[in-house]
Amino acid sequence: MSAPVAHAHHAPEGFIRKYIFSVDHKVIGIQYYFLGLFSVFVGLFLSLLMRYHMVNPSAKVAWFEKLWHTGAAGGIMTPELYLSLMTMHGTIMVFFVLTTVPQSGFGNYFLPIQIGAEDMAFPVLNMMSFWTTLLSLVVMMAAFFVQGGAPLSGWTAYPPLSGAGVITGPGEGLGQTLWVLSIAIFCGASLMGAINFIATTVDLRCKGMRLMRMPLTCWTWLVTAILGLLGFAVLLSAGVLLILDREVGTSFFLPTGMMISDHILTNHKGGSPLLWQHLFWFFGHPEVYIAILPGMGVTSHLLSTFSRKPIFGYKAMVYAILSIGFLGFLVWGHHMFMSGMNPYSAMAFSVMTMCIGVPSAIKTFNWIGTLWGSKIHFDTAMMFALGFVSLFVTGGISGIFLGQPALDLYFHDTYFVVGHFHMIMGVAAIFGMFAGTFYWFPKMFGKMMNETLGKIHFYATFIGVYCIFTPMHYLGIVGNPRRYSDFSNVDYLGPMIPIHQFMTYAAYFTAAVQLIFVVNLFWSMWKGPKAPMNPWNSTSLEWSIPTPPPFDNFGGVHPVVYHGPYEFSVPGAEKDYIMQNAPPTESAHS
Amino acid sequence: MLLAPVIWVLTVVICYFFVAKTWWFPPPINQHGVAYDEQFFRTLVITGVIFFLAQVVLGYVIVKFRDDGRRAGYSHGNNKMETLWTSATAVLFLGLVLMGTKIWAGVHFDEAPPDAIPIEVLGKQFAWSFRYPGADGKFGRTDLKFVNDSAGNPFGIDDKDPAGKDDIVSASLKIPVGKPIKLIMHSRDVIHNFFVRELRVKQDIVPGMEIPLHFQADQAGVYEVPCSELCGLGHFQMRTTMTVMTEAEFEQWKQQQLAQK
Amino acid sequence: MAGSLTHDILQGPPPPVDPGWGDDGGGSDGRGSSRRASFTGLYVLLAASTMVFAALTSALVVRRGLSDDWASIAKPQILWLNTAVLLASSAALELARRALKSGARGRFNIWWTAGTGLGILFLAGQWVAWQQLRSAGVFIASNPSSSFFYVLTASHAFHLLGGLSALIYVDVQALRLSLGPAKRTRVDISAVFWHFLDGIWLYLMLLFYVWG
Repeated sequence: MSAPVAHAHHAPEGFIRKYIFSVDHKVIGIQYYFLGLFSVFVGLFLSLLMRYHMVNPSAKVAWFEKLWHTGAAGGIMTPELYLSLMTMHGTIMVFFVLTTVPQSGFGNYFLPIQIGAEDMAFPVLNMMSFWTTLLSLVVMMAAFFVQGGAPLSGWTAYPPLSGAGVITGPGEGLGQTLWVLSIAIFCGASLMGAINFIATTVDLRCKGMRLMRMPLTCWTWLVTAILGLLGFAVLLSAGVLLILDREVGTSFFLPTGMMISDHILTNHKGGSPLLWQHLFWFFGHPEVYIAILPGMGVTSHLLSTFSRKPIFGYKAMVYAILSIGFLGFLVWGHHMFMSGMNPYSAMAFSVMTMCIGVPSAIKTFNWIGTLWGSKIHFDTAMMFALGFVSLFVTGGISGIFLGQPALDLYFHDTYFVVGHFHMIMGVAAIFGMFAGTFYWFPKMFGKMMNETLGKIHFYATFIGVYCIFTPMHYLGIVGNPRRYSDFSNVDYLGPMIPIHQFMTYAAYFTAAVQLIFVVNLFWSMWKGPKAPMNPWNSTSLEWSIPTPPPFDNFGGVHPVVYHGPYEFSVPGAEKDYIMQNAPPTESAHS
Repeated sequence: MLLAPVIWVLTVVICYFFVAKTWWFPPPINQHGVAYDEQFFRTLVITGVIFFLAQVVLGYVIVKFRDDGRRAGYSHGNNKMETLWTSATAVLFLGLVLMGTKIWAGVHFDEAPPDAIPIEVLGKQFAWSFRYPGADGKFGRTDLKFVNDSAGNPFGIDDKDPAGKDDIVSASLKIPVGKPIKLIMHSRDVIHNFFVRELRVKQDIVPGMEIPLHFQADQAGVYEVPCSELCGLGHFQMRTTMTVMTEAEFEQWKQQQLAQK
Repeated sequence: MAGSLTHDILQGPPPPVDPGWGDDGGGSDGRGSSRRASFTGLYVLLAASTMVFAALTSALVVRRGLSDDWASIAKPQILWLNTAVLLASSAALELARRALKSGARGRFNIWWTAGTGLGILFLAGQWVAWQQLRSAGVFIASNPSSSFFYVLTASHAFHLLGGLSALIYVDVQALRLSLGPAKRTRVDISAVFWHFLDGIWLYLMLLFYVWG
């Protein structure tokens, strides 16, 4: 092999260039990870406030007043404050946790390495995408501090509630505007990230790394990037139109004949609230696949590694990922069955929604197929991957009900929906992140995390989340509406309060248990035992480089790949795993 | 391995509450509701079996294939199995949707019967109003400029229109049993949603749109109507009732309302 | 000596090849893959931009069909001049690229600067169009047709500003005589992006005059 081409990549010097304004995808990945970690604790805190209020709607809490002297005057949380906490909870979790950590966190760090590249295709653009995301978070958080506070229209921001300005409710003034602005900035950051992920995967794979030899994590990062690219572009357009409706009096989404708080609105002529819903959910549905696909990739990757067996049906898994991505753009109407849209299109969306259940089922069968006849090692990372499978089944199954408009006639806007999406996004996706953390921590930080703390955290969280979110399905069957700050106005909800209390206690418990994870994470970074180069005897390329990796990943030498990503327990091979870049003399399947 | 019994216990507990119907739908009060419950039950059985089997098998593989020294199998998959379970899933899921089509069609494809009693519904932040056309069968003309909530005119009926003189406005919905009803729904401000559990029916009410909804209630009683689309800070308080009464009682009620005007 | 876009004939033969990059032996040298990645990145960006305009178009179609308050606005006549200016700027850029291919640096500078200048002129013309609308009393909230006109032209102009920064950057590099072979990709990327924006503009003109 001749001398490497000058790719002009010198190691950065100085603290600022190394750790702050770094163009190194590994540093950027860690920056995104910590942005997500901060955001998840903000979101978690908000959810605890919400759960407390739902079962103690008229309770007086002194420090509420200190934080929100209008929203919680006298220490009692007002309904509008509750709704604004709810809006920000959903927004922060979906955008700043679920869309950042699995993709921009782990993906940024490990995509280039797993495909044998030195860095992302556009390192400077990568750096800009992080700082733009951070700016978006700052603008979002600012909404809490302006007059009127944060918006109260939910993370879905349906107009006219979100579009007609402050007359629809507190927080709908500057708070809502900042929200839309933050989302628009986030769209820009996502687009930058998508460009990098796609170009890197398409063009920077090393020799021998054919597409069908990529680890499944890389496939999920690629498809997620495509979903983000096309979805966020539409959300950006929708956001621009909403801002215009709010600020300059256009009527994209605002109809005629509105009278709000005794004011007759004369500016607007014939806009459509449903238009917003179409644009939003055209983004919104791919968004939920953005949230879950990388977790599926991590799960596949870990199940194979820790059971010492190739992934069952690699090709089928790839096709499933591609189908989920493609079909993900055709099902957005299932969020709108009750919206007043054409009922025939509802049926069409329903059929497509059932179709998308098929590749998801394939993935589940294949995970179990991978485990069958295997040899399972129960490291914490694997526990979370196994937990992911269980949670994905539970969360996905309730989708079969909701995907039928006939059944949605009852379940729309009830806790059945809340239970469904929390199980899938708020839990399964989070478990994917935990799994990724335990698996990749040794490579990222050069130390091992504590297994005992990890297992305790896993079991407590696994049981805890089942206790929080499964009862929501029963609440849905009873007809408990969602987005209610207080249930005392509806007689049939009286008997359900004990269930809400149970869920609230489960939430406190599960939240407290997360401290174990935080302690484990930070303590291990400092004082954990030193990690070997390949502690899991895994096959993908990140485990063939030193720990932590050098700035250009492969030390200037370009790897050559001869094997597929899941060559475990190959008959006749010396060890029970074959690294992807091991010499071709090993007997192997490619 | 401990995870297996944890999964199994959770699975059994979850399934128990569905089988025991511990927290359940209120009984349906119309044919549509009966059909709804049948479709729900079909879906529940199919998904319940899948859920139960998936979790049990997951627990099983965790126990059976834990590392005990032997070597793992080496297999890249099995195309026959893939085809089998993919087709089975597709057939089951699509079958369920097709079976539910009739229920959806009954609510949204079919027109309201011609003798359905028309009732106008108004959703606003944060109260419900219902309007009956009176003996002339016509609704009076409305305009926002006539709206006066405190004077009992949330619809903004123009008092110069004779057709509106016998319109009855009520804060709760009153209907006769066993008769088709056609709701004509408007919102004055933001999106709301009309929902009655016992009817198994729900519909968003969108400003700028006139949305029809027809149903029939075959059992007398008082049923709650909680707003089911986030409409602002008073969303949790926006609740009314639907009272289903005999035809005689309904006529009597209407007379009483007219007398009070 | 034969010239090609990836080799600067004034600098001599290309450096040694490293087969380590690129898909299974594709990409003849390290720089090839970086050029290819740049084009992939560009196409991805174009896909996103297309989605933005597709979303706005579908919003327009829906809104137009919704109610009877759609009053098609009279478009300022200067739009036709602007269109011609934009097309001319693209033509100028193409002439510049051709000049660069045959090594005529001087001619490249002239044509590229002309293209950039015409781009700036287009934006100025768009501004005039907006002013004309405003003096005719047609503002963004006047009616849905005007709303979409302003939003679509503003979105296009926003993209154009990005494209213009790229054109200016290349122009400055060229005028300072530091447009080496590695920068060739930037020339091509900027030009292709600019042509794409031409295409979007022609599409928008069609939209305005047929559907707007």
